[in-house]
Amino acid sequence: MKKLLILSGKGGTGKTTTAAAFAAFSGARALADCDVDAPNLHLVLGRAETPVVSEFLGGDKAHIDADLCDRCGLCKDHCRFHAIEETNGGYAVNEFACEGCGVCAWVCPKMAVNLSTDVAGEKQLYRGDGVFSTARLKMGRGNSGKLVAEVKRDLYRNAGDADLAILDGSPGIGCPVIASVSGVDLILIVAEPSRSGLSDLMRLMKTARGLHVGLCVAVNKWDVSPDTTRAIEDLCRAEDVPFVGRVPYDGELAKAARGEGSMESLDSPGKQALYAVYENTMKLL
Amino acid sequence: MKTAVLSGKGGAGKTMAAVNLAASLGCAVYVDCDVEEPNGHIFLKPEGEQQETVCVKVPTFDSDRCVGCRKCVDHCRFHALVFIKGKPMFFPEVCHGCGLCSLVCREGAVQEAERPIGVLKTGRSGNLTVVTGVLNEGEVSGVPLIEAALRSAKGEDVIIDGPPGSACNVMECVKGADVCLIVAEPTAFGLHNFLMVAELCRVLHKPHAVLLNKVTEPYEPMEEALRTLNIPVLGRLPYDATWARSLSDGQLLAAEDETVRALFRSIYDRLKEVAG
Repeated sequence: MKKLLILSGKGGTGKTTTAAAFAAFSGARALADCDVDAPNLHLVLGRAETPVVSEFLGGDKAHIDADLCDRCGLCKDHCRFHAIEETNGGYAVNEFACEGCGVCAWVCPKMAVNLSTDVAGEKQLYRGDGVFSTARLKMGRGNSGKLVAEVKRDLYRNAGDADLAILDGSPGIGCPVIASVSGVDLILIVAEPSRSGLSDLMRLMKTARGLHVGLCVAVNKWDVSPDTTRAIEDLCRAEDVPFVGRVPYDGELAKAARGEGSMESLDSPGKQALYAVYENTMKLL
Repeated sequence: MKTAVLSGKGGAGKTMAAVNLAASLGCAVYVDCDVEEPNGHIFLKPEGEQQETVCVKVPTFDSDRCVGCRKCVDHCRFHALVFIKGKPMFFPEVCHGCGLCSLVCREGAVQEAERPIGVLKTGRSGNLTVVTGVLNEGEVSGVPLIEAALRSAKGEDVIIDGPPGSACNVMECVKGADVCLIVAEPTAFGLHNFLMVAELCRVLHKPHAVLLNKVTEPYEPMEEALRTLNIPVLGRLPYDATWARSLSDGQLLAAEDETVRALFRSIYDRLKEVAG
């Protein structure tokens, strides 16, 4: 199975729209949404069947037993994450700051601190007509990289003999992005022709190069700034990264990709351009 | 007052709102906490930037002192240590810097050193102080850099430009703020991600309000959600192709246009009421 990951660096450039359109073009039977703290692909796919839902266990969280605590404060002194707070004479763990490292439990002379597993989100696996793996991080929890790894694992385990997997990634260059990159065959970066988009693209390219995965770049809404689009093409040439096409702003295409119209029957300049991007990407894959 | 500008969905207009809000106030501090992809500097063009390296603590292992008891390996909850050939082997990418390995080592074989993860730049743009956190490419977590940026931002009016999403990096910005301004696109995607950030604000007990951006036509599900959750709407900015081109070129809308400055000042006045 070939695995294609769609990233963008900057948010809002059209990752999910592109992923949904590619899914429609290819009839791919394995899809995943790795943007676990702002997932949207499920809104587009509109899958009717009920998903298999499972808990995502993040890190542990500490709890202080007030009856055993003798208020020595060693836990608070040693916590590097400022997660121990004083409460009228005692101490309590701020669950949003606790990283579950266990330092507080180790330093406590009264054994008053326990660590327990924390449910940090929910995974959904759709297994009707093709597999779609997605998840949602619980608000106030970290561990997004670990959740991304589990979303991918659930996809691969259930993908059967699918020959193509399309993964919708998250913006940025940090933990969820790095977790989404591991093991994929190719990354398509959907870039936006703006000063911000160019800066974000350069940082993402540098990050991806460090992870040794093949890259290609497309520009979405290129007509917003033809000059910046050319600058992006020049950058790709200089960096020896394949440039797979430019797509004009096209409201109808965006609507069709969001599921508000039919992708098959659409015949617009945007769709033709995006289809060319799809074909060029598949050749590289 | 510290204001965190958030959005959930990327590209909704966080940086546009944050830089123009800061510029409209005249004398303020703008802090770019989108450390993975910081873009505020493109619009504010800060001058005379001072740079400071931000580090996290990582353990170092003295193999002469190490007796191979593997206590450090067994206690690490982040799997940052693996026991190979009788000694701990360290994987810095997954280390949280909690210090437990050095606490449990009875031989004094685990010391701590500083590892750089990014830089903090501080410069001036007119009357504004501009603080920018820039995470090194390849680093997993920008949270310590966000903490450092928020610590260094001191002033009467602080505008925090947050990252997209709603994970730990966003949470750090919410925790450091008095009030949150959520910039939302009235679309199905925008609504879904807006609801997640609004929930995060609620969970962390932070007052919050919304600024609708790129409004083309009324989107009833968004209006209904705002009514149900009783979240104040501080403005509705229409989609404007001229604005889009100016923003694409890195132009500060408030620099040229008094009506833009007045608009953002009125948004800020209402934010103060929301903050209470």
